Amino acid sequence: MDHDPFRWGRPRDDIYGKYDYSIANSEHYFQEHKDKYSEFPRMNTQEPIVTGTSVIGIKFEDGIIMAADNLGSYGSLSRFTDIERLIEFNDKTVVGISGDISDLQKIERLLEELKIESSYDDVNIEFQADNIHKYLRNVLYSRRNKMDPLWNSLIVGGIGSDNEPFLKYVDLLGVEYASPALSTGFGNYLAIPILRKFLEEKGIDETKTDSDNFRNIKEEEARKCVLECMKVLFYRDARSLNKFSIVTISKKNGIKLEKNLKIEDMSWEFAKDIKGYGNGQRY
Amino acid sequence: MSSDYSNIKDSAPIEHRFNPYSDNGGTILGIAGEDFAVLAGDTRHTTGYSINSRYEPKVFDVGDNIIMSANGFSADGNSLITNFKTNLQWYHFNNNEEKLKISSAARLIQHLLYGKRFFPYYVHTIIAGLDENGKGAVYSFDPVGSYEREQCRAGGAAASLIMPFLDNQVNFKNQANQPLRYLSLNEVLSLVKDAFSSATERHIHVGDYLEILIVTKEGVRTELYPLKRD
Amino acid sequence: MFRNNYDSDTVTFSPTGRLFQVEYALEAIKQGSASIGLRSDTHAVLVALKRNAEDLGSYHKKIIKIDNHIAIALSGLAPDARVLSNYLRNKAMEEKLVYNRPIPIQLAVNLLADKAQQNTQSYGSRPYGVGLLVVGYDGSGPHLFEFQPSGQVLEFYANAIGARSQGARTYLERNFSSFKSTTERELIAKGVEALRQTLKDTELTSSNTSIAIVGKSGLKIFENEDVEPFLKQETALDLAGIDENSNSTDIEERNPVEQTQVNDTNVETMDTD
Repeated sequence: MDHDPFRWGRPRDDIYGKYDYSIANSEHYFQEHKDKYSEFPRMNTQEPIVTGTSVIGIKFEDGIIMAADNLGSYGSLSRFTDIERLIEFNDKTVVGISGDISDLQKIERLLEELKIESSYDDVNIEFQADNIHKYLRNVLYSRRNKMDPLWNSLIVGGIGSDNEPFLKYVDLLGVEYASPALSTGFGNYLAIPILRKFLEEKGIDETKTDSDNFRNIKEEEARKCVLECMKVLFYRDARSLNKFSIVTISKKNGIKLEKNLKIEDMSWEFAKDIKGYGNGQRY
Repeated sequence: MSSDYSNIKDSAPIEHRFNPYSDNGGTILGIAGEDFAVLAGDTRHTTGYSINSRYEPKVFDVGDNIIMSANGFSADGNSLITNFKTNLQWYHFNNNEEKLKISSAARLIQHLLYGKRFFPYYVHTIIAGLDENGKGAVYSFDPVGSYEREQCRAGGAAASLIMPFLDNQVNFKNQANQPLRYLSLNEVLSLVKDAFSSATERHIHVGDYLEILIVTKEGVRTELYPLKRD
Repeated sequence: MFRNNYDSDTVTFSPTGRLFQVEYALEAIKQGSASIGLRSDTHAVLVALKRNAEDLGSYHKKIIKIDNHIAIALSGLAPDARVLSNYLRNKAMEEKLVYNRPIPIQLAVNLLADKAQQNTQSYGSRPYGVGLLVVGYDGSGPHLFEFQPSGQVLEFYANAIGARSQGARTYLERNFSSFKSTTERELIAKGVEALRQTLKDTELTSSNTSIAIVGKSGLKIFENEDVEPFLKQETALDLAGIDENSNSTDIEERNPVEQTQVNDTNVETMDTD
């Protein structure tokens, strides 16, 4: 028996010779079902390939703001520069996705399918942000149980079933948590400290989720803080892009997705003194 | 003999396997009194050195005067608690809304945990409530379902810091001439607060808030206290 | 004697376009004791009459809890209703687990309808022999649906199914316009009064009446001694707003209806409920 993990359990070719498919006239059958009897065992995703970096999100007065840039990295290569990673589900729910882009597209299709399937019934009760979050957490957790994960971290934002702003994280392990400020990936180190400082200055009590707790935070201020975070991320995250999208969902004004925003008021003054920034200095 | 696999294996010693577990920190503590039981947990949620959330509750009132927490890998913890609640509802459907005894709840949880013996829920589970005689009860479980009824138990990140303190203060271990006695609710609450503020000092994965759930024959109530946030 | 050649299975239409097996299944509902459903702007109520096949035996269960926001009342074959309620409980649980929301009532009854319809279109299976009244409360308020073994599901302001239910329907048709803004207690009282219209030689007692009410705060089911407060005739009449003087005309008009119903109910059956 072959003990090679890719050919496990089959007769060894070096002892028994190549399998003779003409036995019982199976050659024809084998040719037809070649895809089923591939040379290698089925392999699941072991690492992400094309990736999107951080998604950030914060709550304000009567809603949430989220942002993500438009880059799809292939390792350290800036491969795709027009990837939309903020997925609108309905006017109360948005899903921000970082991690593997092909898995992002799978999630996009799952959400589209959910939207279509649920529209067949004449049920006039829409999915709210918390319903979508729970659905995605179950998708991600069951994929991790199959040891075949969707390699993503997501932030689901919008208005929840309690008609209050909703913001919650979930990742490829099925781990979920809520907080007034959330981020995936590098943003955890670069954006979260800025967002948390902002919330602390506004006197936010993180144990309360009702919008009254957030009445001090106006949409404009929160947006400014998010823009600042995107700038810091572009400065310091090597896998980021200066083109990004921002989405705002509020109870008052519904959803607003702004695309192709550019980071403004950057200062690269320091660069001219640093080797390796392409200023012509060689050493 | 060589194959694609053996070529890769020989040349690259890097492991690329997906790790389905993580540790989300936090710690929990259950103490049984004469006619009450408490189950407390901090609300910090972490991965590695990052604080994901300062308030992500992990002790739940699951119904029938039972409180429950599964500390460790939070995705598994949440699933276990959801599964328990589902089973509880079917128990009610099938038994004419009969209340589930805490001893039966414990046995059910053993089966839920052992059912995943070969891909375990990576959690330390504790439940608390009152037994058939109205006495406080705490049951604790290992990740694959071994369980025991105890007077007190700490679980999670700072379990090893809190448990010896509990041995001494709840079961009067190493205290000469101290007969065993039930602690009052106030004594227990101040023990819990001390245990958590001390664990917060010494353990980076513990802190932010302390949520204490208290079961008495009147029902379940919750108290929330701040812990250090550093 | 005339023999029907088109009623031995559910997959053959009669030349006049009827499915007799399905129609017979609808008849099975009338063999069961009555169930009443009605709703206001805030609540939906079920009231059902329990029958005990034997004096020494227990009463059949008429109202079944599906989830904290849905209940059903059944008329017809109780075992079939068990299968359907179990199915609904699973679906409600599934919705809770996957989406963390109470299953929308319309979605629940649609699932039920699809399940029942399959039985009307496959050889060797029989339609369910039970009718259901489904009440529930969801994001769009209180709802009342009637489910039939044919797979038909319709929403109602008020409805009655089962033996002698025509009397109750007449009562409901006359009074439903006043249900809109009634209190919980009044709504139940009107349901009880409607159920009274289905009685003959019996009285409503705490052991033969089941009541359920569902609203924003959840579902409450009343059985046995808990039903007692709702049965007091004078308070019920009072609350139901029935004018004592017009009672006589009411009965006169109701009588012919009752006579047509007698034929259905005289048939003694043990298994229906």
